[in-house]
Amino acid sequence: MIEINNLSKTFKTADDTIEALKNVSLSIEDGDIFGIIGMSGAGKSTLVRCINMLERPSEGSVIMDGVDLGKLSDKELRAARREITMIFQGFNLLMQRNCLKNVCFPLELAGMSKPAARARALELLDTVGLKGKENAYPAQLSGGQQQRVAIARALATSPKVLLCDEATSALDPTTTNSILELIRDINEKLGITVIIITHQMSVVESICRHVAILDSGEVAEVGEVGEVFSHPKTPAAKKLVFPEGGSEAIAACEGQYFIRVVFNGAETTGKPLIASMAQQEGLVANIFYASTRSIGEKVYGSMLLSFESRDAAQKACVFLKDNDGVLAEEVNRQ
Amino acid sequence: MISGLFDPEKLAEAWEIIKSQFLLATWETLYVTLLATFFACVIGLPLGVLLVVGEKGGVLPLPKWIMQVLNVIINLLRSVPFLILMILVIPLTRAIIGTSIGTTASIVPLVISAFPFIARLAESSLREVSPNTIEMAQSMGASPFQIITKVLIPESVPSLISNLTIAVTTILGYTAMSGIIGGGGLGKIAINYGYYRYKYAVMFFAVVLLIVLVQIFQSLGTKIAVKSDKRLKNK
Ligand SMILES: Nc1ncnc2c1ncn2[C@@H]1O[C@H](COP(=O)(O)OP(=O)(O)O)[C@@H](O)[C@H]1O
Ligand SMILES: [Mg+2]
Repeated sequence: MIEINNLSKTFKTADDTIEALKNVSLSIEDGDIFGIIGMSGAGKSTLVRCINMLERPSEGSVIMDGVDLGKLSDKELRAARREITMIFQGFNLLMQRNCLKNVCFPLELAGMSKPAARARALELLDTVGLKGKENAYPAQLSGGQQQRVAIARALATSPKVLLCDEATSALDPTTTNSILELIRDINEKLGITVIIITHQMSVVESICRHVAILDSGEVAEVGEVGEVFSHPKTPAAKKLVFPEGGSEAIAACEGQYFIRVVFNGAETTGKPLIASMAQQEGLVANIFYASTRSIGEKVYGSMLLSFESRDAAQKACVFLKDNDGVLAEEVNRQ
Repeated sequence: MISGLFDPEKLAEAWEIIKSQFLLATWETLYVTLLATFFACVIGLPLGVLLVVGEKGGVLPLPKWIMQVLNVIINLLRSVPFLILMILVIPLTRAIIGTSIGTTASIVPLVISAFPFIARLAESSLREVSPNTIEMAQSMGASPFQIITKVLIPESVPSLISNLTIAVTTILGYTAMSGIIGGGGLGKIAINYGYYRYKYAVMFFAVVLLIVLVQIFQSLGTKIAVKSDKRLKNK
């Protein structure tokens, strides 16, 4: 379990001081997939860097399994970092080492013998689906493959926690999904706690169980993903859930019942989902806004639909959720 | 001067000199250049590493005064013209080699003028390693020493080789210059025959040989640098 207690971080630059984090408290259970979402500059990267003490908190503490990470000596901290590894937006592979040696890197640091490290690295490359690529150099791989190497490397020291800082932000939606699937697999099979930093709703929706919304260095909301996203309370949460002024639209429409539909790689380009809902179920929806795009056969994005009755809205949710890669939930008006 | 170059009699005389002296002179030039480069690297490369890791926010921050002293010494040595430096270090050369004249003796001033240059070149190579890569290593529990030996240096090898090539060719030029005040090799021949005895054909030939040597070093260095760089896909 990771407990973040009253964490603050202030950066002092030449001409001003920036409060990147203000009194952040979170607790993350073992085995959870915990999302931290927020706009650019909200302090997400700073928060994740405070968890493994790459950035020293100005105030507050990070406790992992009862150990206060801020109180460890340099040497103890280095050992602790083998238990909390990290993947990055830019992959950060060693470009002059091949895949196998990249995965061996943390094992070398830990002092493992070469043959043992090699064997472990080969096993991990297999786990992430890169069997046969051990002699390839990062420059010869696609972004998705590079991130897989980085994941294998992060798993090498059998960590308890995997930190992901915008790990899929440089990837296209299809690759993003395959990387997220891999992370979910790892979480299930190895029981590793995963902390996912992202600015993308779709990432949180597709794999996180809990989410914290970070807004200007403060935790605006925290809870189960379904709960937080279907009942956004704070302006920061509303802005994330309903981009393009959706929340004002909802407030203005008395007597309408809203549902939010998320497409996450749904194969609906071939069959017009909203039209068939009207035909088959007689559920006629108003499209309030739609921000979707198709990549290949798959659709990504979200829509806000409104109905005349609560009953229709609920039925539409059931109908839509029946499709792979589609999430639908009622929107509560506050 | 140009017409003199093609006078058959003078050409024949020059050819005799070339045949009898150039093999040894070329060898001397190579030997001095490579030895001087070697010693300059032994001193300069670690200093280059210190310049990068020792600064504020670096991997192994050193006290500010140490960094300032280091920078002042390097800048100072870099700003003294080589010929003047050669004269200034004569007592040191005598103390180390036993004499201040001759091929081997010229290695001392060459090393002293080249190591600060190499330190700066190494510094710029090591700075090319992305801070993100260093942060990755830190996040995996790397110690400062491990970051230096497993990340900073290996990741900048291609750039270090390119810069080392620049260093070798520059030192080759200085080696030739050292011929003016007692150094051996091609520079000495060019000065002795061309400047003091007006045998321009000999000087011309010495210069051509120097150019050829620079070309060889440069293309060899570039080739090795490119070959060693795993970031390049199309090889
Ligand atoms: N090393 C630093 N020095 C000064 N300011 C910083 C530093 N790191 C981050 N900040 C500031 O802290 C705020 C939060 O940054 P960051 O954590 O990177 O946000 P996010 O990852 O959510 O985009 C920003 O205003 C940023 O400019
Ligand atoms: Mg960030």
